[in-house]
Amino acid sequence: MDSTVASTGTEGKTWGGGNKPLGASYGKLMMWFFIVSDALTFSGFLAAYGFSRFKFIKEWPIADEVFTHVPFLHGQELPMIYVAFMTFILIMSSVTMVLAVDAGHHMNKAKVTLYMFLTIIGGAIFVGSQAWEWATFISGDYGAVQTKGGNILQFGEYVSVDGKEKFKRISIDEFAIAEESARAEHERKNGLWFVTEESLPPYTVSEIYNGLAANENILVRNQIINEEGEKTVLSRAESLKQIKENGQLVVKGANLKVNEYGTSLFADFFFFITGFHGFHVFSGVVINIIIFFNVILGTYERRGSYEMVEKVGLYWHFVDLVWVFVFTFFYLV
Amino acid sequence: MSATGDTHVHDDHDVHHHKETFVTKYIFSQDHKMIAKQYLLTGVIIMGIIGILMSLMIRMQIAWPEQPNVIFESLLGKWAPGGVMDADIYLALVTIHGTIMVFFVLTAGLSGTFSNLLIPLQIGARDMASGFLNMISYWLFFVSCVIMILSFFVEAGPAAAGWTIYPPLSALPLAQGGSGMGMTLWLVSMAIFIASSLLGSLNYIVTVINLRTKGMSMTRLPLTIWAFFVTAVIGVISFPVLLSAALLLIMDRSFGTSFFLSDIFIQGEVLHYQGGSPVLFEHLFWFLGHPEVYIVLLPALGITSEIIATNSRKPIFGYRAMVASILAIAFLSTIVWGHHMFISGMNPFLGSVFTFTTLLIAIPSAVKAFNYITTLWKGNLQMNPAMLFSIGLVSTFITGGLTGIILGDSALDINVHDTYFVVAHFHLVMGISALYGVFAGVYHWFPRMFGRMMNKNLGYLHFWVTAVCAYGVFFPMHFIGMAGLPRRYYTNSNFPLFDDTTNAQLVITMFALVGGAVQIVFLYNFISSIFYGKKAEQNPWKSNTLEWTAPVKHMHGNWPGEIPHVYRWSYDYSKPGHDDDFVPQNVPMKEGEEELHH
Repeated sequence: MDSTVASTGTEGKTWGGGNKPLGASYGKLMMWFFIVSDALTFSGFLAAYGFSRFKFIKEWPIADEVFTHVPFLHGQELPMIYVAFMTFILIMSSVTMVLAVDAGHHMNKAKVTLYMFLTIIGGAIFVGSQAWEWATFISGDYGAVQTKGGNILQFGEYVSVDGKEKFKRISIDEFAIAEESARAEHERKNGLWFVTEESLPPYTVSEIYNGLAANENILVRNQIINEEGEKTVLSRAESLKQIKENGQLVVKGANLKVNEYGTSLFADFFFFITGFHGFHVFSGVVINIIIFFNVILGTYERRGSYEMVEKVGLYWHFVDLVWVFVFTFFYLV
Repeated sequence: MSATGDTHVHDDHDVHHHKETFVTKYIFSQDHKMIAKQYLLTGVIIMGIIGILMSLMIRMQIAWPEQPNVIFESLLGKWAPGGVMDADIYLALVTIHGTIMVFFVLTAGLSGTFSNLLIPLQIGARDMASGFLNMISYWLFFVSCVIMILSFFVEAGPAAAGWTIYPPLSALPLAQGGSGMGMTLWLVSMAIFIASSLLGSLNYIVTVINLRTKGMSMTRLPLTIWAFFVTAVIGVISFPVLLSAALLLIMDRSFGTSFFLSDIFIQGEVLHYQGGSPVLFEHLFWFLGHPEVYIVLLPALGITSEIIATNSRKPIFGYRAMVASILAIAFLSTIVWGHHMFISGMNPFLGSVFTFTTLLIAIPSAVKAFNYITTLWKGNLQMNPAMLFSIGLVSTFITGGLTGIILGDSALDINVHDTYFVVAHFHLVMGISALYGVFAGVYHWFPRMFGRMMNKNLGYLHFWVTAVCAYGVFFPMHFIGMAGLPRRYYTNSNFPLFDDTTNAQLVITMFALVGGAVQIVFLYNFISSIFYGKKAEQNPWKSNTLEWTAPVKHMHGNWPGEIPHVYRWSYDYSKPGHDDDFVPQNVPMKEGEEELHH
């Protein structure tokens, strides 16, 4: 054929055709472009989050006051400790993934197996931690009152810590004066089982008001962030007035419609973005498990290449990278 | 000499022949040529017929508002009591017509048909990078088509919030009839569509990067491939953002979040939504929505470049400028979305920024238009239906593009926003242009797909009636738009202000009906030519590109022997020193011959 005698004029050129210009197989390139596309989905969410948060720039909840819980250390306020631990675990799982890919390059089956296993464990710990964090976020701890305009009013008192006046939150359980209620207990046996008791507010606004009126030291703070970067604490008279006139609903914990931490969009975005990311981690763990068993079965050893490990590795690093952004924008900033 | 030691890498995974059954050959096929035909049949022909029928019903309602019509009675049933079209179904028709034409016909149908057919054949590859993903992509598309059509059969009717599905109409299931189950099906269908589009795009991109034959450098690629490639890249960048918007919308609809909703009453009852913003949805939607315009248009422009050069028997004018303008359009398309939102309450300062970026698009667009004209200039023009539709595309691209300058300027746009002026603009510049691209492509590559020629005279009839009717429909719309007539209204008879436009509406509808009817000629021509058309020669248009070197007979792997190598770009037409007025890409350079565009 003439093609064997004539020069195409592009020999040796990277993009000249007849080769893989980026030195990557089509599968790996597809994973890269899939990551581009998924990154833009996350960008869409994070941009929406930024847009919405900017709208409430003066009253967005302060993350340090929300994410303070650590398992087994009940009642202590340790802002960001647990999420830092989660982040560390996830990043470590990325490290073990790199080691797995590297071992794959050396066709070292035992090491790939080990590091894939560690990666899966890291992912599982992260997903489990996230479940715990969601549960804590949903159940809440202090409770608050929502006003007619959708603002959240929280309660606390000034205490002196190391000689400084500090506003300390107080749970509504501690001061609300429960009234004898005519409302039937919602139970399966009286036919009202389809709305469980937990989903109803624990107290009425008037119970909260009575409790507030009876405790001289308790003050209300609203959503507005003042010049010191703290939420504005109202005077005693104003506190009573706000609860009496504007209080509409007692809120404990968080759901998609209302939450005790502040504007409803805060919980909406928290649930949606961490949920979407958690779904990615979960599917990453599932994929890793599949690959893990393929490694054990020797599929890739027979194929002569551990490229599949590399491809899922790309996905795994991407998921970790997204978490870095989610962590930054939700917890740190 | 090619013996420089670099290995000739081609995945030979599908060279060995399997026994094909009917199911693997025609239904769950992994062969790109068959998948292209599947897209042509479902995406372009079936969805196209449905979309055009809807537009004709819309036109009939506007021309004869609230009058009994036997067609409505038979087609719409309970939504046209006594033959009078219901307002709800009018809105639904507008919505689904837009959705079907933009996404199903001109995105999936156009790219799906021609990218699948031409990318492997023109770059010299045995098939797409992943035939399996390609098959999945088509069947996801098929499922999304079925779901979209099924939405016509739910109790309260299909989605009726416009193809842009702005909340709150789309976010509150109780807002109107079409906001219920119909809207849910719309979102489900689009989510599947996005998955299909993603898989398709990944395949197109990776195939172009990795599977080009020896010698097919990026600067020797036919412009069709450049256009398909960049289209796929824009798709990978913009559709995921629509996915974000759709997922957030689903959360608002079904789970009570407030991303896009705030302070809303419905039937006197205050809803709990607090703090969200419908403008946020518009931002997310149009970040897809504007690149989407170019996802529709670029493949058509690529097809046109190829056909105009071939039939002018001249090299394309300014190959590198054409590639650069495709890239520039792709880049600019992602930073202009705000021009859809000049009256949505966006900060006016942002409006002027978006005006600036929008008007910049005129530069690469003009480069393309002038290059088409200069390619035609003093060419040895071969007239055939494909060429006529390509020239038609250049015409509508210019007429539609000129009004784009008006609409891209916020100060001018505010006066005509959401009027028929806008309808005229985008139908000409992306609707009709892209459809012309589809027609041109079908006429041009029909011999490649089916081994026979389409009837030329029926093609001429099809073109001229379509061309006259397209302008007959959309030209007058500019004027009624400037008279202030808003788009999407079910009837204008209640506004004495618009009484003067009724005659124009009647004329438009007449043109629309004739233009719709003449598509039957095309359909007849298409179907009968598959079976009875004149047998085509191997290279009927005397074209340079590689697809004409492959046998038409269905075979896996495209070329029976070795894949042809490429020695020159695809536009060596009428090159001095050659006997023929075309030199196919797989013909080696003569002694001392120079490559033209380097």
